[in-house]
Amino acid sequence: MSLLSYFRGETFARGVHPPQHKLTADMPIRRLPFAPRLIVPLSQHVGRPAKPVVKIGQEVVRGQPLAVADGFLSVPHHAPATGVVEDIRLHPTADGPWTECIILRVYSGSTQEVLWSAPRDLDALDTDGLAHAVQDTGVVGLGGGVFPTHAKLRVPKEFPIDTLVVNGCECEPYLTSDHRVMVERPRDLLAGIAIAQRLLGGPRAIIGIEDNKMDAVAAIRALLPEGSSVSVEAVPTKYPQGAGEMLIKTLVGREVPPDARAYTTGAYVQNVATLANLGQLMPKGQGFIERVITVTGTAIERPGNYLVPMGTPLKFLLDVVGAKDEALEVIFGGPMMGEAVSCLDTPITKGVAGILVLRGRDLAERSSRKTYPCIKCGECVGACPMGLNPSTLGMLAVKRMYDTMSEHYQLGACFECGSCSFVCPANIPLVQHFRVAKAVLRGRKS
Amino acid sequence: MKGTLVELRSSPHIKRERTVEEIMRTVVWSLVPICVFYVFQYGVSALASIVVVTGACLWSERWFVRLGGQAGDLNDWSATITGLLLALCLPPGFPLWMGVVAGWSSVALGKAIFGGIGHNIFNPALVGRAFAQAAFPTAIATYTPSFLPGRFTEFIPSSLALPLMTPADTTAWLHAKQLDALAGATPLAKWKFEGVLAPAGDLLTSLFSHLPVGPSPLLILICGGYLAVRHFLDWRVPTAVLGSAALSAWVLYLVDSHHYPDPVFVLLSGGLMLGAIYMATDMVTSPVTPRGMWIYGGLIGVLTVAIRYYGGLPEGVMYAILIGNAATPLIERVTQPETFGTAVKRGREKK
Repeated sequence: MSLLSYFRGETFARGVHPPQHKLTADMPIRRLPFAPRLIVPLSQHVGRPAKPVVKIGQEVVRGQPLAVADGFLSVPHHAPATGVVEDIRLHPTADGPWTECIILRVYSGSTQEVLWSAPRDLDALDTDGLAHAVQDTGVVGLGGGVFPTHAKLRVPKEFPIDTLVVNGCECEPYLTSDHRVMVERPRDLLAGIAIAQRLLGGPRAIIGIEDNKMDAVAAIRALLPEGSSVSVEAVPTKYPQGAGEMLIKTLVGREVPPDARAYTTGAYVQNVATLANLGQLMPKGQGFIERVITVTGTAIERPGNYLVPMGTPLKFLLDVVGAKDEALEVIFGGPMMGEAVSCLDTPITKGVAGILVLRGRDLAERSSRKTYPCIKCGECVGACPMGLNPSTLGMLAVKRMYDTMSEHYQLGACFECGSCSFVCPANIPLVQHFRVAKAVLRGRKS
Repeated sequence: MKGTLVELRSSPHIKRERTVEEIMRTVVWSLVPICVFYVFQYGVSALASIVVVTGACLWSERWFVRLGGQAGDLNDWSATITGLLLALCLPPGFPLWMGVVAGWSSVALGKAIFGGIGHNIFNPALVGRAFAQAAFPTAIATYTPSFLPGRFTEFIPSSLALPLMTPADTTAWLHAKQLDALAGATPLAKWKFEGVLAPAGDLLTSLFSHLPVGPSPLLILICGGYLAVRHFLDWRVPTAVLGSAALSAWVLYLVDSHHYPDPVFVLLSGGLMLGAIYMATDMVTSPVTPRGMWIYGGLIGVLTVAIRYYGGLPEGVMYAILIGNAATPLIERVTQPETFGTAVKRGREKK
């Protein structure tokens, strides 16, 4: 997007501008030490849980597979550290109170060196072989979707892909993990893009980065040769620019119909962290065992971008970065769409891009706020990126007219970005109402 | 971190600062300069009218909120807006006891019976004015000239009428003060019944003569502009109201310039400016959809001109806005925003 078109405001319509709070934007990625015990859930992804291939009491080295994919829509999980398998049992995770997990006791002398790999000659592989190699890394959609990447890369043949949209927007306030990956590991990102381009039949690639991260734009541009099929474009900073449909609209100018998948328009979206990890892991044949996570918020003493081993218990991580006494809410993800964690024993899994810890004070301010009836100010209508009418939807939700919401007001198109609740001056929990409505409708269908 | 107790909330975990109270309070502040100038125009009578009418609205609001257990209270400032707007669209010498009745019924009939804040169909201030128009047709049409000498020390006699008594005759009072030359009907009534147009500059500022007019349109434009820039009101509604009123007046003016006044007179006379900027924009009673706002505003503008030109009364803004309010649910229904991606889908189906 040229400067001119930026001033013309060529981006998706509506949206909101929450305060940025990117406290950690200039902080280099640092490693987090190993926790004494790592908890690796068998299901950290969309699809079937992985099948364990280790026994209790077995010693494993860093990088070794602990569990393998169970069928096509599944991914393997690897040992994040050298140690011994202590147990395979149910443990609380962000997915629910009890999920099957492999508990790994880490040897105190465990080094950062990855001791297991299965390298392949990527250039010699055909498309199927390459897709298998992607699956073997255990990489899933790291933007938070956690859909197995190899499965997403297999687009039905009748939909040729002409544009690979690489999502480097990171439009959530506070989060900077994708930002740091782009600044510090642009070569990995470009290698990952090349792999994705091969699997998608060689489309052009456009990296979309919000214009509050011009250093990332510069870092990647500096590596692009003349006439490259990859380009970098700065897009306006506006929430939710990083939603796939919105970024396609901004960069390619196409609108994805509400009931269709993005690839039907010929555009395909992949997150930068996902591709950078593919680019790093694939040539070496290693598994995905750690990721960059922004740990930040008003209640964190040493916020930063940390390279966190998968399975690190949240409590251990918070002890390392220093959570203040006032810390009261812990959120996996950003403040707009992230999920509050119910239990500090929860392990960090593949889909966590950020950990936001807020003080009780921040929450108390909100809970003391009065909720009014809708005054029909229209702020939510002017905020909804999907062009819905949250005001009317909210009033219907209160009356539990869920069928009307879905049939006449396109409730199904809502992807729960939270813009409506964010702007509502009457403090009405709009998106929360919509989640309930959607859950009830789903329940009725099944 | 102390202990392991965490709170669970669903996203979004942050919220914009702006609240209902802030919106209402800002509108009240923006009305202050208008009220001050109005008091400067008409003196103690105007001041008493503003205080008494607003007080009646607040009393009514408090009473019904307590009685009906409704959401909202005096500290949400919405009843204050109703009171100030109602006072500004009543004549300055309106008997105070009638002001109490109008103010009380504006909240009672315009807001409380619908369920309180957010639930009303009609703009409460205009419901109060419509009630006063029906109940006190003579008093509401009696305007006194502005900038009368001694206005800060002496009440307009009609203001102080005893409850249920006919107010004193202001014409005789003006005659007694030997100010007959200043007496006259409002500019709209003068045009309607005598065919005389007031000069536009005078109407805009209401500064240069003793015209019996409401608050200054120029000041209303400035204060409303401030609200629009800070997004406390949607600019589409006043633009549509004023635009459609000017356009329809201009077309009629082209057709017959002897019979019809010029569009500038239409825009600046009567309560159009106050109505377009402060009353039609009432969030609760106007559409939430952007396209709906254009239709709603356009309807009000055309109706205002039609009622002024062809109705029995000289002023039509009040009924135009009330009709616009009534049409709002229907307008919203037919102007729902277009869902993202549906334009493409329709395009494909055409092929």
